Amino acid sequence: MKVAVSVTNLVKTFGSFVANDNLNFEVYKGEIFGFLGANGAGKTTAIKILCGLQRPTSGEVKVAGFDIYKQTELIKKNIGYMSQKFSLYDDLTIQENIRFYGGIYGLSNEEIKSKTEQYIRELELEEYVKSMVAALPLGIKQKLAFSVAVIHSPQIVFLDEPTSGVDPITRRQFWEMIYAEANKGRTIFVTTHYMDEAEYCHRVSIMVDGIIEALDTPTQLKKTFKAESMEEVFIQLARKSTRVD
Amino acid sequence: MNKSISITNVSKHYGDVVALDQISCTVNEGELFGFIGPDGSGKTSLFRIMTSLLLPDSGSVIVDGSNVDQDYKELRKKVGYMPGHFSLYQDMSVEENLKFFAGVFKTTIAENYHLIEDIYKQIEPFKHRRAGKLSGGMKQKLALSCALIHKPTVLFLDEPTTGVDAVSRKEFWEMLAKLKKDGLTIIVSTPYMDEAALCDRVALMQKGRILSIDSPDHIVQNFPHQLYSIKAKDIYKLMNELKTFDSVHSSYLFGEHLHLVLKKGNQIKDLIFSLQNSGIEEIETAEISATIEDCFMELMQES
Repeated sequence: MKVAVSVTNLVKTFGSFVANDNLNFEVYKGEIFGFLGANGAGKTTAIKILCGLQRPTSGEVKVAGFDIYKQTELIKKNIGYMSQKFSLYDDLTIQENIRFYGGIYGLSNEEIKSKTEQYIRELELEEYVKSMVAALPLGIKQKLAFSVAVIHSPQIVFLDEPTSGVDPITRRQFWEMIYAEANKGRTIFVTTHYMDEAEYCHRVSIMVDGIIEALDTPTQLKKTFKAESMEEVFIQLARKSTRVD
Repeated sequence: MNKSISITNVSKHYGDVVALDQISCTVNEGELFGFIGPDGSGKTSLFRIMTSLLLPDSGSVIVDGSNVDQDYKELRKKVGYMPGHFSLYQDMSVEENLKFFAGVFKTTIAENYHLIEDIYKQIEPFKHRRAGKLSGGMKQKLALSCALIHKPTVLFLDEPTTGVDAVSRKEFWEMLAKLKKDGLTIIVSTPYMDEAALCDRVALMQKGRILSIDSPDHIVQNFPHQLYSIKAKDIYKLMNELKTFDSVHSSYLFGEHLHLVLKKGNQIKDLIFSLQNSGIEEIETAEISATIEDCFMELMQES
């Protein structure tokens, strides 16, 4: 299987605080990889490193085949990113947002035009074309943000709690979009606090106090921990935390 | 049972946006009541109206005998409110924040310490730390302590568990169960459907309207269809295939399964047969009971 992300002995410290304590894992091409952990477990730090936004203290990391120390600019071109908190500009329209992100990633005017038409059609945004993104319902905003995050056909897309607060039907439509992208061979790296969503992932890692405590398919994890659901697995592991969170 | 809160025909608009559309609901004294719904369903507007921080366009709200409009000065002495965003003084210490809130309500930490002891003692070792420097979980405990220090009769918690991990969420609900034992009325909002089961009664909200008010058990029992779980070797293929069937009323991803409802007059065995003919392998189905989330989606679909 082709490797999209490889992490070997990754350590990140802030003073005496060890945020990431010797992480080792691989993510495969076309995989939906769930990156779970309690608040403060060190997920955000790891994601920043994988996106080339922060340097590790030590260890080897390759993302989309590029080195995290020397090729951060190439990494940024080959990944997409969206988070719950910030992804689109509220005071720009849908078209302006698409134009902005398309421009940043170096798409031609023609490509931007056709992407714009495609997104408006697929996400049924006709009635919102002239409105500011601020006026969009959250669910639609998040679906658009996901589309924009893959506008440049990145090899890997990082999704940081993409469905927080979204209604249950839209949350599932969002996951259908994720499945469709993964099916095209795009690698999905996703964090969530919804434990049912952990079950939608091909493999899941669970981080506790800077360490990856478990990494496997949801089915295997449930077997290993003799649990009925991923929520039980998560609670068993995260309860071990000794950090004053 | 005595009513702690009566909401009658409350509406609120922001320009063209309808935040609340003719909401009516009552909460009993000592009840743990949940407003369950996604972002934008109107939960926060309703909380701000119930705590007298926002006036409704129409309708009336009475909280513990005080009208939110005319008697707001009385009302504010009786309610505790923890907003969705951390709203304490970031550059004051843990202890200073608590003293401040006690002082505003003309009481002292000592006088009501018993109310917050269980929660506050967990952050007391950090009482000289600035509130802005606390972790998420500790901020939450401090905010809850500050909302309780004046001995309110009704406690409002607006999305206390949003963005919080599954373990901390569980602990937070355990804290609420303890507070409820002391007779406090607790109103809580959440976008997590699974938390509905932890409330005495819930109102399911969507787009400014209440879809249903009942105990979580009743809501689940009133699910109007036979629900099936279905899975296959390739769940993505199954999911797409199910969309092509006219006999399917709804099919939604649910953990490692899909939850499926058939239109009236259709048989699951016919569907399985057709799916097998379309090349779907290793199909497993089971009759299951609905969860709150199934009910919520059914109600969303109906409206």
